[in-house]
Amino acid sequence: MNGEPFQQTADDAALVAALRAGDEQAFVTLVDRYNASMLRIARLYVRTPALAEEVVQETWLAVIQGIDRFEGRSSLKTWIMRILANRARTRGAREGRTVPFSALATADAAIGEASVEPERFRARDDGEWPYHWAAPPRDWPEERLLAGETLQVIGGALDELPESQRAVIRLRDVEGWDAEEVCEALQISAGNQRVLLHRARAKVRAALERYFMGDMATAA
Amino acid sequence: MSVLIDDITCRELVELVTDYLDGALSPADRERFEAHLQICDACVMYVDQLRSTVTAVGTLSEETLEPAARDELLRAFRDWHHKPPKPPNAPD
Repeated sequence: MNGEPFQQTADDAALVAALRAGDEQAFVTLVDRYNASMLRIARLYVRTPALAEEVVQETWLAVIQGIDRFEGRSSLKTWIMRILANRARTRGAREGRTVPFSALATADAAIGEASVEPERFRARDDGEWPYHWAAPPRDWPEERLLAGETLQVIGGALDELPESQRAVIRLRDVEGWDAEEVCEALQISAGNQRVLLHRARAKVRAALERYFMGDMATAA
Repeated sequence: MSVLIDDITCRELVELVTDYLDGALSPADRERFEAHLQICDACVMYVDQLRSTVTAVGTLSEETLEPAARDELLRAFRDWHHKPPKPPNAPD
């Protein structure tokens, strides 16, 4: 984003060197880090869990076989996700997933959707404060934010999200990936990635607000 | 160039929080965003709550790989490294 050349991290450099030397522990480290996410990502492109597993296995083989050609111009993770996405997309097209995930995500991002219900703002022609809060957010009980029940509310809110938004928020916020890695894995633009992430976050925030404010009527 | 004409509204601000947190706003928009926060406690609270949401979502757990699947991949890795290297012009 800032136009500076990509700087390989020490962690990446060490992993790549170890993989090239045939170090099994390095491979296990990578697999443990990314395999579960890769399976979920592959499922966005292909119809069945079995196909997703095949795609992920092929990806790992391609990683093992291609590691000598990895040039370190992106992070190792971004490189792996690019391989995964290419293979999954090719396989998905061959197996005929009805709509490719990236097309779905792009279409979802193009739909106008408000982060906060428009009724909570004053009107545009309000004489005093146009489009300012009419019903502003109220304080949350911070001590309850990480309680088990709250996390269930969050889990429930994630389940309710459209597939494209759920995929992005899982990778960015649950798994802590950076924007570029998510764009590579899901084959979406940086702008659409942010739109989908923001909508997902806004919905989870709204679910938390309903929960904390005791209005469970709509959260059922 | 007059920036003040285009003061950001609360309704606009709530749509820009992720762009703001990701550093994706233009310098001018970033300035408008922050200027609004200087004068609007409700929007400060909204931004804080979205940040808290991100933190809370980040505490959800991820499932880990089944040992069997991992062993299979490890076997593939070993096999590959015991093979002689491919000639440079071999197809992928």
